[in-house]
Amino acid sequence: MSEVLLEVKNLKKHFVPHLTLAQTLAGGKKRVIKAVDGVSFSIMKGEIFGLIGESGSGKTTTGKLIMKLIEPTSGTITFDGEDVTFTNKAKTQEYRRKVQMIFQDPYASMNPRFKIRDVLLEPLIIHKMHGNRAEQIERVLKALTEVKLTPPEEFLVRYPHMLSGGQRQRTATARTLILNPKMLVADEPVSMIDLSTRAEILHMMKEVQRDLGLTYLYITHDLSTARYFTDRIAVMYLGRIVEMGPADEIIDNPIHPYTQALIAAVPEPQAGKVDIIKKLPISGEIPSPANIPSGCRFHTRCPYATEACANNPEPELMDAGNGHFHACARWKEIPKAQ
Amino acid sequence: MENLLEVKNLRLYYHTSKGAVKALDDVSFSLKEGETLGLVGESGCGKTTTGVALLKMPSPPGRIEKGSQIIIDGTDIVPLSDKEIRKNIRWEKISMVFQGAMNCLTPVYTIGRQMLETLNEHRMMEEKQAVELIKEYLGHVGLPPEVMNRYPHELSGGMKQRVVIASALFLKPRLVILDEPTTALDVIVQAQIINLLKELKKTFNLSFIFITHDLALEAEVSDRICVMYAGKIAELGTNAQIYGKEPLHPYTQKLLQATPLLHKKVDTLAFIPGTPPDLINPPTGCRFNPRCHCTMEKCFTEEPPLIEVEPGHQVACWRCVK
Repeated sequence: MSEVLLEVKNLKKHFVPHLTLAQTLAGGKKRVIKAVDGVSFSIMKGEIFGLIGESGSGKTTTGKLIMKLIEPTSGTITFDGEDVTFTNKAKTQEYRRKVQMIFQDPYASMNPRFKIRDVLLEPLIIHKMHGNRAEQIERVLKALTEVKLTPPEEFLVRYPHMLSGGQRQRTATARTLILNPKMLVADEPVSMIDLSTRAEILHMMKEVQRDLGLTYLYITHDLSTARYFTDRIAVMYLGRIVEMGPADEIIDNPIHPYTQALIAAVPEPQAGKVDIIKKLPISGEIPSPANIPSGCRFHTRCPYATEACANNPEPELMDAGNGHFHACARWKEIPKAQ
Repeated sequence: MENLLEVKNLRLYYHTSKGAVKALDDVSFSLKEGETLGLVGESGCGKTTTGVALLKMPSPPGRIEKGSQIIIDGTDIVPLSDKEIRKNIRWEKISMVFQGAMNCLTPVYTIGRQMLETLNEHRMMEEKQAVELIKEYLGHVGLPPEVMNRYPHELSGGMKQRVVIASALFLKPRLVILDEPTTALDVIVQAQIINLLKELKKTFNLSFIFITHDLALEAEVSDRICVMYAGKIAELGTNAQIYGKEPLHPYTQKLLQATPLLHKKVDTLAFIPGTPPDLINPPTGCRFNPRCHCTMEKCFTEEPPLIEVEPGHQVACWRCVK
């Protein structure tokens, strides 16, 4: 459990959109959108690591950077002791075999004209694995069994539209497992699935992880499933990690005011809570990553911000003990969340 | 308090070439003034269909069947003509915030122009007055009046949702149907919108029907909860009856167990095996029987009636029939 599988150091991704003709004529300057702005974390072997944030926090961009779907502006990604930040095509392909992705929308991530057999064979064909077709089919059947789509023979000839949302997400998981990856990146894998099946999919993913000794990066906006599913959590805000630590610790004792606000906003099924207007500690919405506030980037919405928060350089992640890291300069003065 | 809305034996079938899809089958409930009724269930259980039926606008080939009654403010709206509905009911008495409505704003018109369109359709009003009214309602939902001149792409998701809510309110309806109004939003924005809705409800003396699949959210907003399964009501009770102690219907129990809780770590979450049934040929007996964990013989032969087990608490399960 102590061996580092993936390490990300000071990862940045800045997008510079082209100016429109009108903007150029008006003498406009190019904007820099800092989607990911200095993210560092490491994921241990066999761990489930959760990346939490609102939309616009850069969590999906971080996932894409790790999948090498886009190139980082700066920073390094080390996988299994090897620097994989900038690699040639062959190396990238080899890396992608080891790190696979499960997408959010199981309805859009499969070719509707492919049978499940073809959906699952494609990665094997691309990566030229398992020799001849008969052996490949053998592997496909095994992958289907691993995700509990039984009997597997029956699913081979079905089309994606014949499956329910849960079955599709199982197929998507089988498609990633077929290459014997070491790590899976799952970007909101259950947010499009009905609540009755959501638990089933998470449970299945956990079982697969245990059986095959996989490592997960779980990207989500949903703290409740993150607590159930992950070992450690990193909370992102505007392209940076503001708090990181063991899942239980973060949710029971949040330090950063942003994490506290996120937790306060989660509704809970309790009787008689009706018409108690929750006092949300923060107001407004997440600022644009093209225009990041100075100092601590959360100070514009923070209820505890002082002038120093806006003027001092941005706080780095600090250790509060027990592997609990946070980026709040005033953390000692901030009251604990109830 | 008086009943604002009474729905009796509401049936809505989609008549397809394969047979009638019984999207709503014998649904009855009532809503008091100033109350929030929550509709919960999986996708395909008839939550949205109920909302659409109350506005009398099922998409073809859907049809509200004979014998259904939707009584609002003492008038049954089922026999009314389309013209009367449009003039007196839709948006005047009942309005709806549709699921994903914030993504249905026209990208090529300003917010103000889109809101004016609704107003012009219903009220003869001078443009100046109309603009004033729109500004007033934008203020009610916490938006500055400049938003009128903005285009939808300039607004965030939360702001667009506020615009849609304002549009649902400015003809002063009594009842607003909210279909998953916060599903696409982040938790913090969701909490802001929920707080806004609660304020608006008090200011305008509204009643809500709140449709969502999120049981945790429903507990925050609704006075009474109606759990739907396969076009029927499975359980109907007050917030305390559903969330306070163990609910009675096995479906509600499972749904609650499948909801992950933030402040309670569990090792395994429950789930409901299988999927909701085909509504052309629903299972005989109780519609939930193929997925239920505590069936008995009667469940497969006879459909359980919705019976009142304690005041205000109705359940359709043979286990609860004494």
